[in-house]
Amino acid sequence: MGQSLTVCFCLHFLCSGAGKCLEISIFMSDVRRRVGSAISLEPCWSAAHTWGFLIPYLIMLIVEGMPLLYLELAVGQHMRQGSIGAWKIISPYLSGVGIASVVVSFFLSMYYNVINAWAFWYLFHSFQDPLPWASCPLNSNHTGYDEECAKTSSTQYFWYRKTLNISPSIEEYGSIQWEQVVCLILAWLVVYLCILRGTESTGKVVYVTATLPYLVLMIYLIRGLTLHGAVNGLIYMFTPKLEQLANPKTWINAATQIFFSLGLGFGSLIAFASYNESNNNCERHAIIVSLINSSTSIFASIVTFSIYGFKATFNYENCLSKVILLLTNVFDLEEGALTADNLDSMKDYLTSTYPNQYAELLPQIKNCSLEAELDTAVQGTGLAFILYSEAIKNMEVSQLYSVLYFIMLLMLGIGSMLGNTAAILTPLTDSKFLSTHLPKEVISGIVCFINCIVGLVFTMEAGNYWFDIFNDYGATLSLLLIVLVETIAVCYVYGLRRFEKDLLLMIGHKPNWYWKIMWAFASPVLIISLFIFYLTDYIRTGTLQYQAWDATQGQLVTKDYPSYALAVIGLLVASSTMCIPIGALIIFIMKRLKKRSVSTLE
Amino acid sequence: MLGVLLLAFSLVTIVHSELCRPDAQNAFKVRLSIKTALGDNAYAWDASEEYLFKAMVAFAMRRYSNKETTQISNVLLCNMTERVSFWFVVTDSARNMTTVPGSEVEAAVRMNRNRINSAFLLTDNTLQFLKISSTLSPPIEPAVPVWLIVFGVVLCLVVVGILLLVVSGIRQRKKNNHESAETGDLEDKCDTPVTTENGIPCDILDLKAGQINGVYAADDERFTPL
Repeated sequence: MGQSLTVCFCLHFLCSGAGKCLEISIFMSDVRRRVGSAISLEPCWSAAHTWGFLIPYLIMLIVEGMPLLYLELAVGQHMRQGSIGAWKIISPYLSGVGIASVVVSFFLSMYYNVINAWAFWYLFHSFQDPLPWASCPLNSNHTGYDEECAKTSSTQYFWYRKTLNISPSIEEYGSIQWEQVVCLILAWLVVYLCILRGTESTGKVVYVTATLPYLVLMIYLIRGLTLHGAVNGLIYMFTPKLEQLANPKTWINAATQIFFSLGLGFGSLIAFASYNESNNNCERHAIIVSLINSSTSIFASIVTFSIYGFKATFNYENCLSKVILLLTNVFDLEEGALTADNLDSMKDYLTSTYPNQYAELLPQIKNCSLEAELDTAVQGTGLAFILYSEAIKNMEVSQLYSVLYFIMLLMLGIGSMLGNTAAILTPLTDSKFLSTHLPKEVISGIVCFINCIVGLVFTMEAGNYWFDIFNDYGATLSLLLIVLVETIAVCYVYGLRRFEKDLLLMIGHKPNWYWKIMWAFASPVLIISLFIFYLTDYIRTGTLQYQAWDATQGQLVTKDYPSYALAVIGLLVASSTMCIPIGALIIFIMKRLKKRSVSTLE
Repeated sequence: MLGVLLLAFSLVTIVHSELCRPDAQNAFKVRLSIKTALGDNAYAWDASEEYLFKAMVAFAMRRYSNKETTQISNVLLCNMTERVSFWFVVTDSARNMTTVPGSEVEAAVRMNRNRINSAFLLTDNTLQFLKISSTLSPPIEPAVPVWLIVFGVVLCLVVVGILLLVVSGIRQRKKNNHESAETGDLEDKCDTPVTTENGIPCDILDLKAGQINGVYAADDERFTPL
């Protein structure tokens, strides 16, 4: 969800009417800001996919990302208005598109800051000397480890029990966790501090939040590549997996990730571009920004996979030594007789010499496989926290790496939040009604306060399940629809030829045949096929399902959503997508009324 | 004489093997992982080490019961393997051919586990008494959790930052109001002439959108209807 941060700088100048825009290195700051959004949390979250993910990602970038980015920038630059105004010019029936973007941003800001709260929680716990997720806590009579923790790993226990205190299903609300509440309040206070003064202060903060993650990634790259077993992860990353390429889910994830990391559909790109000079070469901008975006993703993936390889190798070697210990103890062999190399031959020898005992032992002997370790995929928010905390606890000087990592995560998260809240605040601060009655500090404060109160839902014991609902359904479908409407509007309602002529005026040459094909055919077709896939998936499974944590087994189980959760999902999707048709309907009705009043006058 | 000695010896052996057997009553299995614990500094397990073990167990029994009756000869070891694992049992010196109840041995070893471990330079994990569960030491918990301290520091910094910004914003706004009020007074005093253009005061004409002539502004009627 690394939404573009250009909105903060440029909407300010555009909408507050402060005068002529200072175009000091707009391009460089755009690149820096876009880079700040490019290095979003996405590579961390979806790192469980392999090179099988990188190929769809790059293809989607070229087919969808670049053309749509170019389109939005060109629209904004030509219409010279923010998102709501620009679509009104293209066709008055499309004024709902801008409003839908704002609604999506609003939903995003409601749930996104919870991630920052978790990052704060982990950051504060990184200062302890053995990291708290490094070992399991003891049970009540101190004879062994806590039961739940023994079934799963200590990092998963820390995430599910100590951080979330998750309930077994979404129906059981549980109580509000005060520790999460204070972290959430702190996260919102930090966001408020940054947006308090409006976007001039936000601009300065963005310089930090965009550059620091790169530094940390460099440090992690050097550290990651020197870790034992990192090579395994890199090899895994670069070997193509054909089954994954055939799975349509991979392509969908790639497409949605491109949307989020480029900030398409949020309206911020249009607002930014409207601020550029008319003859600005937005084609060049679009290409350069997309390339920086993709290279950042690859860079982050390399870091992620080297750490992933380290974790997988570590777990594999642990598994092997456990098996060796078990065999050594049961058969009373000399220490050091069994090693990783002769394990297989020794197993055969033991099977032949002590067949009965070995057969008894068989269920306990796990087949350790490096491939299986590398294939274990952790999804969603859990990935960023569980995977990295597990890898970090095995490094030397783990506190330092942990602090660095969570500071980086915070920078990314707060950077994204700033863009989001700016997207919501700008229409509010620009409306004459509100800005005359309340100063902008108060408006920002009220927005942050309301979002914080709503965010308390996510701090309950079942909060993570609601978070997943918002995460999966709050923005994805709506953004797809918004972008689809935008493409169709520009190509067919406004007219591709008219758009070409505008571009000729602006940048001096007509767009290539490649761009035209992408805009007119490829991108709409792709988005429609994504929609169809979502629908068929939903119809096929009959109901939507989620992953719930089962404390007795120590793993995730699949459950069905109850009806009220499905209602909330429907509401989320409907409230942003319905803005478009409702906006069109309202304009239609208003025009009808005006015509009727004009005709009655005559 | 020799016969008697032989008989006594065989009796002792039989007694020994009856009392100390794998899974015998009140017998415990011990497992050592010397190479894992010490690596290159590992010592070899030989008869002297066995003697030390017997001594340590006897010491533990003496400490536990506070009677000085247990002798080294009361501790019997058997079934030594290459793993370095063996079974041991403690016989009762007062009564012949009986072993001390397992619960007593367990309690005694538990009480003195640390001493036994350090005699062999090993830990609870590497010197395992298989039926005796060790009491794991809980992690050290400071009085105030560390995370609360860091949280408090960050929270204070953020709140101070917010207050500073808010206060300076209010002050700046007061200054602006004050200045505009002052310039207002000044204008009243100096009675500056209002610049006009074609009879219309300039500030009305000074639209943000530029000098647009309102007559021609209607977008809808850009083209005259046919």
